[in-house]
Order: sequence, then C-alpha cells, then structure tokens
Amino acid sequence: MAIFIFVFFVVLVIGLSLYLGNKTKTSSAYYAAGGKIHWGVNGIAFAGDYLSAASFLGICGMIATIGYDGFLYSIGYLAGWIVALFVVAEPLKRLGKFTFTDAVDANYNSRGIKLTAAISTLVVSICYLIPQMVGAGVLVEPLLGIPHAWGVLMVGAIVITIVATAGMASTTYVQFLKGSLLIIFSSVLVGAVVIRGLTTQPDQGGKVPFYEYTQLSAARAGDQITVSDTGWNVVEQKEIKGGLVFLKLEKDGMETWWSASEKDGELSLYETQSVVFKKDVKWINGQPASETNQLRQVGNLEKISGKNDGEAGNLNLFSFLATMTSKDTTVRTWKTANFVDSAEQKVTVYYPSLVTGDRIMRPGLKFKVEGTWLEKLDFLSLMLALFMGTAALPHILIRYYTVPSPASARKSTIVAIAAIGFFYILTLFMGLGAMVNGSLNPADSNMAAPLLARSFSELLFAIISAIAFATVLGTVSGLIVAASGAVAHDLFDRYLKIKMDDHQKVRAGKITAFVIGGIAILLGILFKGMNVSFLVGLAFAVAASANLPAIIMLLFWKKTTAKGIAASIVVGIVSSLTLIAFSPELYTLYGRNPLDAPIPLNNPGIVSIPLSFITLVVVSLLTPKAKA
Amino acid sequence: MLHEPATPAGKDPAGPYKVRLGIWMFLAYSLFYASFVAINLLFPLAMASIVFAGLNLATVYGFALIIVALLEALVYDWLCRRKEAYYIHAEKTAGTGKG
Repeated sequence: MAIFIFVFFVVLVIGLSLYLGNKTKTSSAYYAAGGKIHWGVNGIAFAGDYLSAASFLGICGMIATIGYDGFLYSIGYLAGWIVALFVVAEPLKRLGKFTFTDAVDANYNSRGIKLTAAISTLVVSICYLIPQMVGAGVLVEPLLGIPHAWGVLMVGAIVITIVATAGMASTTYVQFLKGSLLIIFSSVLVGAVVIRGLTTQPDQGGKVPFYEYTQLSAARAGDQITVSDTGWNVVEQKEIKGGLVFLKLEKDGMETWWSASEKDGELSLYETQSVVFKKDVKWINGQPASETNQLRQVGNLEKISGKNDGEAGNLNLFSFLATMTSKDTTVRTWKTANFVDSAEQKVTVYYPSLVTGDRIMRPGLKFKVEGTWLEKLDFLSLMLALFMGTAALPHILIRYYTVPSPASARKSTIVAIAAIGFFYILTLFMGLGAMVNGSLNPADSNMAAPLLARSFSELLFAIISAIAFATVLGTVSGLIVAASGAVAHDLFDRYLKIKMDDHQKVRAGKITAFVIGGIAILLGILFKGMNVSFLVGLAFAVAASANLPAIIMLLFWKKTTAKGIAASIVVGIVSSLTLIAFSPELYTLYGRNPLDAPIPLNNPGIVSIPLSFITLVVVSLLTPKAKA
Repeated sequence: MLHEPATPAGKDPAGPYKVRLGIWMFLAYSLFYASFVAINLLFPLAMASIVFAGLNLATVYGFALIIVALLEALVYDWLCRRKEAYYIHAEKTAGTGKG
C-alpha cells in the first residue's frame, strides 16, 4: 500500500511537470512561471516551500523529544513571515525580476553585488538543501526498504527531472498540491490523536503490545554497584561524562546495558536499549541486528494527572494540552549516550528519563533559559535568527516574482501566514502525540510524525509518508531553481556577461539545475545522520546574516551604497559560517569535546546579523554613492 | 540591461502609506515577540503559570504569537486595499492619475 501510494504521488508530480514543461519556452516562464500565478495558489505554494522536511519531520521530532523547546521553532519560523509581509513583500516584488540578486542590484547595477548576492544565494540554498536530502533518505529507508544513499539518489533524480522540465511553474504547482495535502492530512492526524486520548500503556491501537521496561534493585559497595535481584551478573560498570553510570549485565548468556539512578536513597537499574558494534557487526539489545530485532519504538506517559495505569479519554484540543501540561503528568522520555566499552566496542545507549508535564510544556529542556548568561544569549540568538531568516531565504524570495503584481505578493503572503500558522499549531499536537504514543524511533526523531500516523493505520502512514516525500521534492525543487538562477542568470548572464538568447538562458538554467542536483545528492549522502532541524536553523542564521541587512537597508536607508551591500553580504556569510564551524554543536559532530570549541554559542545570529548591518553602514558611509 | 521586474508594476500612489503602515505593524509585532523572548529569559518560571483552561503561559503566548500574526496580516491587507481603492477612485474622478 505504502509503495503504491508513494509511486502514485511521484508519477503525479512528474506528469504535472511534463505537462507544464510544454509551456516553458522563455526564461521568464522558467525562473518566474511567467509572473502569472494566482496569489491564492502562490500563497499555498509558499506554505509548500516553507513547510519543508525541517518543519514536518524536524519540528514534530523535536517536540516529541524535547517538548515545548521544539515548538519554539514553529513560533520563530511563523513570526519571520511578519518581516516578509510588512517589510519585504511589495517593495521586493517591485524591484526584482527573477532572483534575489535582481532585487538588491536593481538600483545599482554593480558587479560586486551580482557576485556576492549570487554566492550568498548558492551558500544558503546548499545549507538548506543538505537537510532536505538527508530527510529524504531518512524517509525512504523505512518506506521502501532501500538504503539511505539510494533514497537520496532517487530524490535527486526526480527533482532534477521536475526542475529541468518546467522550472518554477511545475515547482509552484507541486508545492500547491503538497502544501494543501500536508495541511489536510496533518489535521486528520491531530484529530485522530485527540480522539484516541491518552494512556500510560500505548499499544498503537492494539497492533503493537506495550513493552514494559524492567527495573532492578541495586546496591552500592564503595564505587561498585551490585544487583540485588538474582540471576543477573555485572559484566562492566561504565561512568561517563556528566556522572551518568551504565552497567552491562548478563543473564542467560545475553548481555544488555542498564542505567543506574538513585531516587529517595534507593538505587535502581533501568532497562535501556542499546546498539553495540562488535567487529563491525551491529548488535541491538544484546542480539545481532536483524529484520525482527530492531530498536523498539518508545515514548509513553508514566502518570496521567497523578494516576499510574491511567487513561484519559473524551479529550478535546484544550483538555489534551491541559492534561499534558499538568505537573502530575509524567512522561517517559529517552536520551542518548555514546561511549566505548572495555572491549573497545562502540556503544550507544538509549536510556529513559522521567519528566513532568509542566517541564515538558515550557522552554528549558534543550534551551537553558534558566542557565548561564551564555546559554541565555544562545536562546536569544536562535530566536533572532528564526525571526529574521524567513525574509532572506532565496527560494522564498523568488516566489514573489511568480505573481502578477505587488498587491498579489502581499495577498499571497497573507494566505501563506494563515496556512503555515495553522500547520505550526498542529505540530504541537503531532509532536506531543508521537511523544506519548510509542511512536518514536529512539535513534532518529525525524520519523516521529510518519510513525505516529502508522500507529493509527498503514494507509495513513503511507499517505503521510508520501506527502512528506513530496515535501522534500517540492522544497528541493524550489531551492534548485533558486540556486540555478544564481548561477545561470546572476553569474553567467549578469556578472560574466555571457551572451545568451532566451532559449540558451533556459538551457543554462536546466544544466545548472542538473549540476546542483548532483551536488545535493552527494551532500545528502555525506551528511547522513545529521539533525535536520539543526541544519535548517543554521541556514536561517546564514540567510539572515548575509541577505537581510542588504534588503532592509536598500529599502529604508538612502545612503546605502553598492559597496556597502556587497561588503555586508560577504561579512554576513563569512562571520555566520565561521561562528557555526567553531561552535560546540559542530565540535560534537567532529567527534571533539564541545567544551573545547572556541565559540561558546551554537547559534551565530546574535553576532553575525548586527555585524553585517554595521558593515553595511560603515562601508556605505566610507564609499561614494554610486547609483546607476 | 538592468533587472527590470518580471511583470511591470504600475505607479502606486498608496506605496508610501503602505510602507509606513508596514513598518509600524512590524514594530508592534516585534515588541510582542521580543516580550515573549524577554519573559523566557528574565522570568522563565512564569512560563509555567496556568493562565487559561489548564494551559500555561508558554502555550497561550505561543499560540497568540501565531494568531496575532494572522490578525495583523488581515488588518494590514484591509487597510492597504482601502487606501488602494481610495486612489483608484480619486484617479477615476480626477482623470489625472493623481489622488
């Protein structure tokens, strides 16, 4: 069923592209859909563009694992549209032709702006492409049972076909279709979650028996922990950074990992899930990995409003959230620890952690708003980048050129805000639903929403997965159109002044789309396993630092010069990428100690955005105004 | 050749009004958003206070940020359309193209 629906979607999307491809004869048609798209269609297509893998897969996954902190992304992403609507939409529509570069260069005709703005578009598009391709691989793996790399390759091939056949027109209609379906079926999923209600023993509608994790009594003798229950032998005790203690226990010849925790003076061992690589062979939960021995899905309530073994039915949207918010509700969440054991084997342990509802439903699980001033600054930096980033994303900006007038640009933005806002409210319910319905893969939170759908029915899972796949297809298509416009239109045509007729311009765009598609495939394979939402958050920071100061100042400060714009774009890109490269999160990805990172912030916006603004002002004041 | 718009936009006498309106509405929303961030940073525990139907301040404020964005957008569009209609009407009656 899943494969049938998936194939149906892909055939539909390619068929639409081929049909629209026959109408794409000019560069205006290719890059801007001829500027003839209706504002209502464009508004939903905006939503389709914006609700990428990061929103659907990433945010739902984050809410499912870190609660309200994941919802902060929904709030910030939506708030960013206010900047787009009130400040950017109409003026940008008046200025530009096909690309972001067209808009910032409209009054200057500067080679410096053409080059830097085109590079900025490429950098931001690629930063945004990586998580989409990674998301595609993640999605296709369980859906079609093919390896990650093949999934990425398949997405790349389909997207190149879409973009190379019809450009912005097909991308727009694919996004419209996908945006509409995403919102409709997400609403269905939320309805199903609320109607099902809450239980401490979720069994996925009777399909998957609830797994009761074992708890053992233990005692401490000096530094050593012993198990009070009979039949268990301690093989190894491992203390890792942060004081966490794990024990490898043996029973009936099977070795499993347990986490030690002390509460009210009593020491207990809690059953975990583990992945161990023994001579490159993967073992899961003490046995070799196989089709039948995989990590169990997790996530359940331990207490509902103070009651163990409880249920809460007859819920509505408000009472669902209120029950989750109660301090008497406890959620069993799962954390991850990585270490090397005494036999030099790589071990990943997924261990349970009990968190009360009032902690889940306010900021603080990931973003330490009660922490040090640096941690608070990091939170502020993230919220700033999310707010400022939307109006600076190239694949969003080019959509303003597909409508016939500035008023249409405004109206389509309002439709987008309504659609995206509604969807982001749904993300809170979907994320929490996945958190408590045993729908989380502990190794990959990105699949939370599709797995939540599977807990209801295979049909819903197939539809949601196919839509999520179309989400990736559409967003990648838009990004590739933006990036190909930067290369073929901004660099070849405008900067290098290579003489091309209209037909050749379209061909150059298609060839560029093919090359960038290839690069995206490669990066999608290389970056396997990286967090989708984290990468998109960084793309927002780079876009806000590189592009937004230029857009805002050219619209509202008459002393802005071409050199000022070019300098601010360069400083924005370099400073944001440098800060990211030396941040604690990236040090973790490099396999190094995050405490050794020279930059203490994970989110660069608080430094790089003001720096880019200051650069623009200083350079503009130092250079003579040179408007064309 | 400069970068002319994909579809030429005519003269928009309501333009300056819309820009001013946009900036004020942007500032109003920014203040609302900044207050949310400030409460989180300065009084994080306040976010756990139950304020409505069992929902805490974090949830209510988060939803409000989304809903207020839409309401502001609708008000902005209504005011812009009203101004555009005014100039179109003035143009028709004056026949000079100026309002």
